[in-house]
Amino acid sequence: MTLDTLPPLTRAEIVSVDWTALAPDEAKRLQALGLDAGARVAIAHRGVFGGKDPIAVLIGRMTVALRRVHARAMTVREL
Amino acid sequence: MSEADPATAPQAAAAPRVVALVGNPNAGKSALFNALTGARQKIANYPGVTVERKSGRVALPDGTTAELIDLPGSYALDASSPDEEVTANVVMGRFAGEAAPDTIVLVLDAGNLEQHLVFAQEIIALKRPTVVALNMVDMAERDGLALDPAALADALGVPVVPTVAVRRRGLAELTAAIAASAGQDMTLRHKVERLGLTERRVAAHAMAAGAILSESHARRLHARLDKVLLHPWAGPLILFALLFVIFQAVFAWATPFADALEGVVGWLIDLTVATVPAGFVQDFITQGVLSGVGSVVVFLPQIVILFAFILAMEQSGYMARAAFIMDRLMAYVGLSGRSFIPLLSSFACAIPGIMATRSIADPKDRLTTILIAPLMTCSARLPVYAVIIAAFIPATAVGPGIGLQGLVLFGLYVAGIVGAMLAALVLRRTVTKGAASGFIMEMPKYQWPPLGDLLLGLWQRAWIFLRRAGTIIFTVTVVLWLLLSFPKAGPGESQSEASIAGQIASGLEVIVEPIGFNHEIALSLIPAMAAREVAVASLATTYAVDAADEDAQAQALGPRLAADWSLATALAFLAWFVLAPQCLSTIAVARRETNGWKWPMVMMGYLFGLAYIFAGLTYWTAVALGLG
Repeated sequence: MTLDTLPPLTRAEIVSVDWTALAPDEAKRLQALGLDAGARVAIAHRGVFGGKDPIAVLIGRMTVALRRVHARAMTVREL
Repeated sequence: MSEADPATAPQAAAAPRVVALVGNPNAGKSALFNALTGARQKIANYPGVTVERKSGRVALPDGTTAELIDLPGSYALDASSPDEEVTANVVMGRFAGEAAPDTIVLVLDAGNLEQHLVFAQEIIALKRPTVVALNMVDMAERDGLALDPAALADALGVPVVPTVAVRRRGLAELTAAIAASAGQDMTLRHKVERLGLTERRVAAHAMAAGAILSESHARRLHARLDKVLLHPWAGPLILFALLFVIFQAVFAWATPFADALEGVVGWLIDLTVATVPAGFVQDFITQGVLSGVGSVVVFLPQIVILFAFILAMEQSGYMARAAFIMDRLMAYVGLSGRSFIPLLSSFACAIPGIMATRSIADPKDRLTTILIAPLMTCSARLPVYAVIIAAFIPATAVGPGIGLQGLVLFGLYVAGIVGAMLAALVLRRTVTKGAASGFIMEMPKYQWPPLGDLLLGLWQRAWIFLRRAGTIIFTVTVVLWLLLSFPKAGPGESQSEASIAGQIASGLEVIVEPIGFNHEIALSLIPAMAAREVAVASLATTYAVDAADEDAQAQALGPRLAADWSLATALAFLAWFVLAPQCLSTIAVARRETNGWKWPMVMMGYLFGLAYIFAGLTYWTAVALGLG
């Protein structure tokens, strides 16, 4: 399952990230924020007005906003 | 750009020690900078790039003073935005004209150690004298974290000082550590010599775990606030309500202050008339200086109020949430939530708005935002809108509590926003075509905006505005007044038409006549290139110079316009000002930000083109409806 389909407030671990699916600069930024294999994450909020973008991801003691296209590149497993 | 002169390098005995603040975004760096330097700050730009260079003096306990520079927040030395590139180049001593810092103060958020320690290791491995400021320890405690600074110092091999910048805690210890940083033992840093990001991340995890004495899972304040403020339905409603309050406040709260300022200007004019003998000097002071500059300075209260809200939104951490909520809407026109922040600033003034785009990593995104920023209704358009609306739109009510004048003003704001969104949509498919940009943004922790930092930021914005009024607007108004006053008209001739300015305007009139503009408007458009609000000042000056006698001179601008212009002309004039890029400072800042004339030319071309077409359409439609 990928991060974009993870139900809200469910704890999960990122198993792998398909970096080739992302723009190099965005991949760099996501890595800098710690969104990489092994990171433990949960989804705090998804979308505005019933849409599916953007997504607020909880990682460590941070909340990081990203788009569905980024979350789709991240394979996760529920903890 | 010149190479660094060796004589001014910090090695020279007389030069002060250079200390750089480095850290991740949201580490509380700016608050620490303000706490250390107080109001003794200098804001400039780095040569060649328009990243702000904030520097200030700080007294060290050994009796010397150091120059403290605040570098843009960064996640890594491998930069991915213009901001981060400056940080990396300055820290590594690669920035021409900027000496490498003698000491680095590494600012870490105590409540987010695991993340901040990744970049920290990269900096410490540079083997420059380094001191860690373990900042916001109070917020970490609030979140249930107890930390051991000594354990962290041991792991990193550099001194660690706990600080709370907003409460000025730990500053004496920090300056002492800076003063003692020169002869640090670099061998202590053996634990941070790792090369890859993954290795650094694993080490950061271990170091953070070693430094955390206890961690309770108390529900964090920011998670609770986010539950409401980022809620898919409640969040946008709260944001729109807040924006409504902001615009309401900008108009309602500013009025008494603006009236008071207007009173002061009027009093100065009366005083000049009473004390200075009638003639050239009196005319120069009253018509040229006081009417012109005074009509601009009265907008200071509105600018201060708008910036107070923007700064409070930024410092409290809410601005990032606003960007999150707006991301979906911005995505429709090919932008991201990041563009919302510069565009909101552009409602005060496009210049800080355009400068704020530097935090947008995607170059196409940033360029598009720069190109549409001038369409946001900046405060300089207000005087123009206010005068025309008061003169031509009847103050009737169209509904309970809704006046027609207010509705027209609101409509002009909406026209600017819609225009900007449509322009972005077209630009993203033509000249700034590229892959749809993403949106990746860390949401900072909520905090109460520190009042001192807020006031300091407001003072800096107000000062920039007043300096502009005192220099550019002053010069332009005076030059226009001189061009309007000479040569003197013969009997039966109109002064404004006989003058040098009048003859220039006659040339322009040929071009703008088809869209309903008269001679006086043509005359006002030229000086209004310096700043839009000058259009009002120059119309006032033109009619004052032409007035037959003292009584006519004293007549307010509004009634005179109402008598002289048709409604169709007035509406076309408004449409022109919604779109036209009548601001040399904006064009200059766009040139600096985009490193060349190409994009400012594109900006001017498309905006003047649109302004001409829409002013024309407005005029022809109004004439067809019998309003000509």
